[in-house]
Amino acid sequence: MYLKILSLTAVITVMVLGVAEARDQIRIVGSSTVFPFSTTVAEQFGKTTKFKTPIVESTGSGGGMKLFCAGVGQDHPDITNSSRRIKKSEFKKCTKAGIGITEVKIGFDGIVLGNSKKGPNLKLTRKQVFQALAAKVPVDGKIVENPYKKWNEINANLPNTKIEVLGPPPTSGTRDAFVEIAMEGGAKMFPSLKALRKSNKKQFKSVAHAIREDGAFIEAGENDNLIVQKLESNPAAVGIFGFSFLDQNADKMKGAYINGVAPEFENIAGGKYPVSRSLFFYVKQQHVGVIPGIKEFVKEFTSENAWGTEGYLVDKGLIPLPKKARQEMMVGARGMKTLVMK
Amino acid sequence: MSNNFNESISELKPDLSEARLRKRYRAETRFRIYGIAAILFAIGILALLLGSIITTGFSAFTQTEIALDIHYESTLFDPDGTGKFVPLSSGNYRKVVRKSLRDLFPEVTKRREKRSLYKIISSGADLSARKYLLSNPNSIEKTKRIWIKSSADIDSLNKGKIKRSVAESERRVKNNQILWFDKLSKENRVRRTFNFTLFSAGDSREPELAGIWGAAVGSFLTLIVTLALSFPVGVMAAVYLESFAPKNRWTDLIEVNINNLAAVPSIVFGLLGLAVFLNFLGMPRSAPVIGGTVLALMTLPTIIIAGRAALNAVPPSIQEAALAMGASPLQAVTHHVLPLAMPGILTGTIIGMARALGETAPLLMIGMVAFIVDIPKSFTDPATVLPVQVYLWADAPERAFVEKTSAAILVLLLFLIVMNLAAVILRKRFEKRW
Repeated sequence: MYLKILSLTAVITVMVLGVAEARDQIRIVGSSTVFPFSTTVAEQFGKTTKFKTPIVESTGSGGGMKLFCAGVGQDHPDITNSSRRIKKSEFKKCTKAGIGITEVKIGFDGIVLGNSKKGPNLKLTRKQVFQALAAKVPVDGKIVENPYKKWNEINANLPNTKIEVLGPPPTSGTRDAFVEIAMEGGAKMFPSLKALRKSNKKQFKSVAHAIREDGAFIEAGENDNLIVQKLESNPAAVGIFGFSFLDQNADKMKGAYINGVAPEFENIAGGKYPVSRSLFFYVKQQHVGVIPGIKEFVKEFTSENAWGTEGYLVDKGLIPLPKKARQEMMVGARGMKTLVMK
Repeated sequence: MSNNFNESISELKPDLSEARLRKRYRAETRFRIYGIAAILFAIGILALLLGSIITTGFSAFTQTEIALDIHYESTLFDPDGTGKFVPLSSGNYRKVVRKSLRDLFPEVTKRREKRSLYKIISSGADLSARKYLLSNPNSIEKTKRIWIKSSADIDSLNKGKIKRSVAESERRVKNNQILWFDKLSKENRVRRTFNFTLFSAGDSREPELAGIWGAAVGSFLTLIVTLALSFPVGVMAAVYLESFAPKNRWTDLIEVNINNLAAVPSIVFGLLGLAVFLNFLGMPRSAPVIGGTVLALMTLPTIIIAGRAALNAVPPSIQEAALAMGASPLQAVTHHVLPLAMPGILTGTIIGMARALGETAPLLMIGMVAFIVDIPKSFTDPATVLPVQVYLWADAPERAFVEKTSAAILVLLLFLIVMNLAAVILRKRFEKRW
């Protein structure tokens, strides 16, 4: 009796495993920052067309590229999202695998230094951000271990509170972008480091990209919601997170001015706010026409109804491209223009 | 010698003084207080955890709805005005819904204001209007009052999660939207009902349209695969190791390895699944088949260990009696020992399954951490599972997902409690004590 049941279940399992069918659903992987936008379009696309709703995985920009460039065929994803531009090494890998890529820039994302409404108003420059967070900073012409413990030690106008910054871990695209734009940008403000950049780029990067590890910067995990919650209970701390989280929590959080510019929608869209990055997705051209619906999905994503200034993605926190850039991008994307990198 | 013996007796004489007795009683009372304090601490932490989840999650079980008088004009199905009618399912329902909303507030004329007016209702409103017409096709050219979901922000306002006292610029719901909402409220066009969507829909980017049913079905399919693979293999391994295997160095080695496997972090099984099942065997990505297979690997050691313990607990006399009556060793095991050990094995299996139900880490590697709207229908459809849904919602920026996350946790906890309760009942009712 038991043996019969056992053998029966084993047979059923084998039968189940044997089934595999051709894919009729778009598969998307990549950045967790683009995830909310990609999923919104996917849902809308599934509702309004005869195609199935695409599957969107949140793997991170790097992880997505790895899957995307692995090859052509229905086991590999059709589209990858990225919160940074494709790297040359990734492009080479893709080309080697015989993949033609269409690049679509979808908009901007601002990275915000924010704190609780109960905390002090912060007006920072990129230089001060670097001074507060770098592992090594120049003091009187020499590069030394970061000596600053309080904000007002950097500049007397800043509040008399301990430097305590919660931010994402190195695996996060937000962290990459923050380091590249805010930290490196701040480091360049020092004449000594600027000179170093010209003479020894590698050494400059090792200084500009190293975040301090003496407790002033706390890695708070990939989850931006968690950072917002921690900031709420600790008004003295400052956090690094995406603009959409500031937008959704405007009653609890405020963003620090960077170089005199507030992290607001118009400022980021207009390119005035310095710490912002572009968001992309990449389409595998070999899959267009093979997996149904890719062209229509790209069309939906690049429609004014989605990524325009009054589109539904703006409600989700996307900061749209300027009108002209949108127009150009739309033509390129719908025509499946091939990305060329030298 | 005898002298010595007398001496040691007098040394062993108990100290019966009052003081010592009191000291011993005090020590005992102290010990009990420590015990009670430890239990109270554990209960307190549990209550805090459950309390916070319930208080934030409970409101997700209701949803704010707004009554709209929708007029289903027949031109709705004749988009070009040529007399060529489209099927009822593909009419432009968004238009009629918006029109009914505008009719309620004729003073709203500016484009920007209209946009903000439309944001009162859910973006899934046209689907509700369509659903109503499809089930009541005779409503064409009639005006019907239909309850439509409000948007997540209005829902939060109605639930008091968005405070009116906050300055307008920092509030997700603007002043004019509050005015409109209050007017609707006064006309009895607002109600809070049980949120069926939460238990019938798949994932969505709109909090008011998101549900856990897709994830629950995914969990169910995944667990079936896990059970179908790990239970037979686990039981057979346990029976063989316990009743048939020779006791030598090899079986010792296997035993040590099984015990070690039970303690391996689950992410390792995910990596194994990625390397072997996905890349080598080419199984479908994000499907319950592969998720179930990976979780089966993880559950196997638990089932083998529990199975062996249960088999071991059956007194050897039973097997010996069967053998003495002429049963073959196989018959002795399958007819006598295994049925008696079954309650114990099943208990172990259920506990292993409960652990598999709560697992996310290994699924990350095989693509089950994904946004999936459609409810999975087979073992090879893309699916996600309950704990992954919790993880994805916890990461969503929309504020209304906070309560949804807690609600999903509550449902997951409910499943776990039911499974563990089943294990306890099984043990209490069927397990024999020898």
